[in-house]
Amino acid sequence: MMRFRLFAAMAAVALVAAACGAREEEPAGGGGTQGPPVISEIGEPEGALSLIAWPGYTEKGWVKPFEQETGCTVTVKYGNTSDEMVNLMRQGGGTLYDGVSASGDATNRLIAAGDVAAVDIGLFDDYDQVMQALQAPPHNTVNGLHYGVPYMWGPNFLMYNTEEVTSPPTSWDVVFEPELDGQPNPYTGRITAYDSPIYIADAALYLKAHRPELGITDPYELTQEQLDAAVELLKQQAPMISKYWAIYTDEIDGFKSGDMVVGTAWPVNQSLLLADDVPVASVFPEEGMTGWADTWMMSANAPHPNCMLLWMEYTLRADVQTQVAEFYGATPSNATSCEQLREDLGSEADEVYHCGDEEYLSSLALWKTPLADCGDDRGATCMDYSVWTQKWTEIRGA
Amino acid sequence: MTVAELGARRGARRRLSAALFRRPWARLALLLGPPLGWMLLVYLGALASLLVTAFWRLDPLTSTVQQEWGLQNFRTLLQDPVYRTITLRTVGMAAAVTVADVALAFPIAYHIARVASPRTRQALLLAVVMPLWSNYLVRVFAWKTILQGQGIADWLFTHLLRLPDVHLAATNWAVGITFCYLWLPYVILPIATALERLPSSYLEASADLGARARTTFRRIVLPLAFPGVVAGSIFSFSLTLGDYITPTLVGKGFFIGNAIYNYVGLASNLPLAAAFAVVPIAIMGAYLAVAKRLGAFEAL
Repeated sequence: MMRFRLFAAMAAVALVAAACGAREEEPAGGGGTQGPPVISEIGEPEGALSLIAWPGYTEKGWVKPFEQETGCTVTVKYGNTSDEMVNLMRQGGGTLYDGVSASGDATNRLIAAGDVAAVDIGLFDDYDQVMQALQAPPHNTVNGLHYGVPYMWGPNFLMYNTEEVTSPPTSWDVVFEPELDGQPNPYTGRITAYDSPIYIADAALYLKAHRPELGITDPYELTQEQLDAAVELLKQQAPMISKYWAIYTDEIDGFKSGDMVVGTAWPVNQSLLLADDVPVASVFPEEGMTGWADTWMMSANAPHPNCMLLWMEYTLRADVQTQVAEFYGATPSNATSCEQLREDLGSEADEVYHCGDEEYLSSLALWKTPLADCGDDRGATCMDYSVWTQKWTEIRGA
Repeated sequence: MTVAELGARRGARRRLSAALFRRPWARLALLLGPPLGWMLLVYLGALASLLVTAFWRLDPLTSTVQQEWGLQNFRTLLQDPVYRTITLRTVGMAAAVTVADVALAFPIAYHIARVASPRTRQALLLAVVMPLWSNYLVRVFAWKTILQGQGIADWLFTHLLRLPDVHLAATNWAVGITFCYLWLPYVILPIATALERLPSSYLEASADLGARARTTFRRIVLPLAFPGVVAGSIFSFSLTLGDYITPTLVGKGFFIGNAIYNYVGLASNLPLAAAFAVVPIAIMGAYLAVAKRLGAFEAL
């Protein structure tokens, strides 16, 4: 009987432990100590390419021609969040995947850990067509070294259901304030927000406009006091949230069922909802917006480096970027794509996509990984991403 | 193969069996070795490596694990009040689900074990077990659809019962209801087993001595079925304690599992996740110790 009891006890404990999803993971590998080598030539293609990408970034339409052209057979693992992508890139010491379409909140982590390789942009003929603001942005260029090539970019705009929200909002206050014009916020319980620590930057951007005494300059470079204020705002918002969305389909489901009527969104979410005849529209609120610019990065220990370099070269091309932009609803980083985009979409290319619009792009606070070093004269007094994730747990768990 | 070869092989086999017969410890080692080795290596080994990770730290810049020993993760857990809130919410949910499941399961189990005819009993048992043969995710998504805005629950409350809109979608109520549904079979089965073992003669004796139905239930049935109830509650309690998929899909509240999942998935902070995983393990350890006292393991 004793043995049986022991078994039952151990089985139950193991059940809990297993259910908690505590899994073993390879420690991150790679990373040189004395400045990484810069890859400056493309050798013979290896015949295979293994990518991590946002869903919608690697469709047949442009992957097939690449395979025919280079002989590299492409396999793709989709990542639903930036954090998932970072974890995937580190699996097997970075030898499982060749590259990743990393957003700015993932890129600096990968660079700092030596997970990704620096590349010589001279390898890519079309690089000079890249928009000025994305030529050497801080989210993929560190100490003058380029860790990849830019792909798509876009805003995190304010989307709303036009039947429920009758007058278009002009400010993020509809998602943050419990009271609007002295009245209780009518959308309480039907607001949504992005379920990631990086969403703290959206709150910081709102505070930058509404509480100048905090002195927020960059929503990703927050001191303790500034971060605490943003966290306070998000805690105030939490009871008004219907459900946070982590994967884009969560938001699409929510807007379809009517559980969500207003909140931050990506262009692709809006396109897919409109395709399903859900009455949604989006606005660019007066406080400004956060945004994302994605970079194709190559693993420092890539099994097929030459195919990855060819892929980088290919995805920079104007015609390829036009296709991706039209499919995904994002804006190309290659400004030459805009001609084709205007031909295909008409005025939408400028009004919705803001294709080639340098001014608009620089008005976005593009995602980047928060680091302890503020990047200005405040020195290393800023809160890094691990603090942000702890604060996010505090917001979500409170 | 020649006859001589066949004979030699048979001889070898016989010698082996004779050797094993003479040494009972060798027999036992061969029999128990592989499963015990599996348990030690895979089960306990994985648990041990998890616990070891809890004492390491995360390099905040690169979010990679540094193998330096320290108690900083446990300090974070103790100092930050949010972890207490999450733990209390999780334990509260587990307790509420367990109470609700036992209340639901007892009458069903009683009917299966003591009232239904053998044929109906078989049909009912099948009906109870049936959901377990479908995928867990399918069942959770089914409840997500039922409980979301403009779903069946919404329609039932507002259109059929003419009640005000209850807005169950993405609430802890939705999570609790889904948990109750998910773990109900695990609670019914041990209670039904315990009730089935109850000798009819006890009930007859109780009636002969003049006890009313209620007294018999309170003083005979309940005490004898209690280990079964506790055994069932272990399942509903432990499964709720560790689940993070149901809260993610049907709710918005944050439970221990969600926090751990986020620390592994979002922040790659395996050390803090491992430290937090110690909390449900400790809670379950205490729960099982109490359950053992109450005789639950005899009723499994």
